[in-house]
Amino acid sequence: MIDGFIALYIFTLAAILGFEIISKVPVVLHTPLMSGSNFIHGIVLVGAMIALGHADTTLEKTFGFIAVFLGAGNAAGGYVVTERMLEMFKPRVKKTDDNNEGDQS
Amino acid sequence: MMDFINEYLPVVIKLAYFVAAILFITGLRRMSKPGTARGGIVWAGIGMLLATVVTFLLPDMHNMVLILAALASSTVLAWVSGRKVAMTDMPQMVALYNGMGGGSAAFIGMIALFNGMDHVTACEAGVSLNAHDCISGVTLWFALAGVLIGGVSLTGSMIAFGKLQGWIDKRYAFPGQQVFNAVVALITIGLAMYLTVDMNPTVIWLFFGLSLVLGLLMTLPIGGADMPVVISLYNAFTGLAVSFEGFVLQNEAMIIAGMLVGAAGTLLTKLMAKAMNRKLTAVLFKTLGAGSGDAIAGDMKEIEAQDAAIQMAFADRVIIVPGYGMAVAQAQHKLWEMTEMLLDRGVDVKFAIHPVAGRMPGHMNVLLAEAGVPYDLIEDMEDINSQFHQTDVALVIGANDVVNPVAKTDPQSPIYGMPILHVDEAKNSIVIKRGKGTGFAGIQNALFFADNNRMLYGDAQDAIGRLIQGLKAL
Repeated sequence: MIDGFIALYIFTLAAILGFEIISKVPVVLHTPLMSGSNFIHGIVLVGAMIALGHADTTLEKTFGFIAVFLGAGNAAGGYVVTERMLEMFKPRVKKTDDNNEGDQS
Repeated sequence: MMDFINEYLPVVIKLAYFVAAILFITGLRRMSKPGTARGGIVWAGIGMLLATVVTFLLPDMHNMVLILAALASSTVLAWVSGRKVAMTDMPQMVALYNGMGGGSAAFIGMIALFNGMDHVTACEAGVSLNAHDCISGVTLWFALAGVLIGGVSLTGSMIAFGKLQGWIDKRYAFPGQQVFNAVVALITIGLAMYLTVDMNPTVIWLFFGLSLVLGLLMTLPIGGADMPVVISLYNAFTGLAVSFEGFVLQNEAMIIAGMLVGAAGTLLTKLMAKAMNRKLTAVLFKTLGAGSGDAIAGDMKEIEAQDAAIQMAFADRVIIVPGYGMAVAQAQHKLWEMTEMLLDRGVDVKFAIHPVAGRMPGHMNVLLAEAGVPYDLIEDMEDINSQFHQTDVALVIGANDVVNPVAKTDPQSPIYGMPILHVDEAKNSIVIKRGKGTGFAGIQNALFFADNNRMLYGDAQDAIGRLIQGLKAL
């Protein structure tokens, strides 16, 4: 069991870590990082699965189903969107090598 | 054999959650540096996969069919929608998925509340069989806080989604709204306090309903220009809600990952608000005045694309300022095509990015990178602002408030003090704009009326196409 005080320690340490990681981030990464952290709280899916896995009444099952549905959307959607954003950050070799869009000389 | 599994499986599962938490932290760390950012999401993704898979192995899990059905259908829907959506619509997708996470946390809390209510008599008598059926003390507080914050995040994010998607284009504000919102918030908290004493189903429903209403009330009066900050704030909210419900479920991975995002999201929100020179309290509680639209002397002077093309082709230095108008028109590819033509003619071309150009910080960088614009041509506001006065032509594409000199000159203006790009210092400027209306914030732009400024009307994609034609004709 995690009692209230242990939880307080975990909360505080995780919060400090979160602040620390974000404190020196270039502006370019703000949007991808918001999206990435949006993906990480998709872990709520696990909680939703546990809640539905222990649900007994119809009401609880309904809530649980909605929770899993929403949580999975958070996780899957968050991943895809973040990955697509970060794809833009692949290192570019030379500007002539990779201009597949504007290919006039 | 079964004994062996029963003894070690819980340890293995706990260990897997631990590893997942470490992967999330590492992933977020990597995502915060440009060089390692791409790998970061993969690390976090592996953590998520691991945590999800081991959850199926937890003892006493039932309703497996329901779990699988919800999981599979939603994953497919979100995956496909996330893949298909245009890069320009990414901000609202983040809002949508974030709202879903907040909603999920809220419903987890609701299950804990109703389950606790069903077993309240048994628990008080000390005869309940399962520990998780009892809810009391600190756990109850966390469950309630998670429902409240998650509920606000759910409806608030949906409104933010609607606003960015263009479904809701008005601010709904009425006199005394802040007082009204504060009263609703206090009633909601009051209901939560009542629930700690008496678990009444009607009160639970009322509490949940008011949490959702609060999210609507908080977000509807906020203007579209402030949406990035709001989404980032709700992102932090969802993190907190997830962390709290993680405590209710005694799941360490949820507690750590949720709080990590709660803190990171809060700081990101502050950084974004700072970049826009907006105080967070002002974003939430003061609506950006549509007033102060003082008439500015002079006219907006139009220019033909051919003339604009000639002006740029024979300039020594050109600075391009992309804004949201470029994003909606998906004009980044055409823009790069045009830029390459100018570069080939020996024109020194730079891109100037305002920290909050577009709807989110970094939005423009992502779009330009997508089109293949090399990093060394893209400059931040601090670096490029001193160069405008030596620039022959500044080309503004669908940006408005971030180039409005009123922010420097008129203390009465609602955007006064906001850092802007000094386009007004360039020798000439050309603004591509769809129409003559005011910008997102509804404020007249003095730049458009300046003597050395010309307007090129049209959709960004189309206007740049005409500029390219003009350059080709030279």
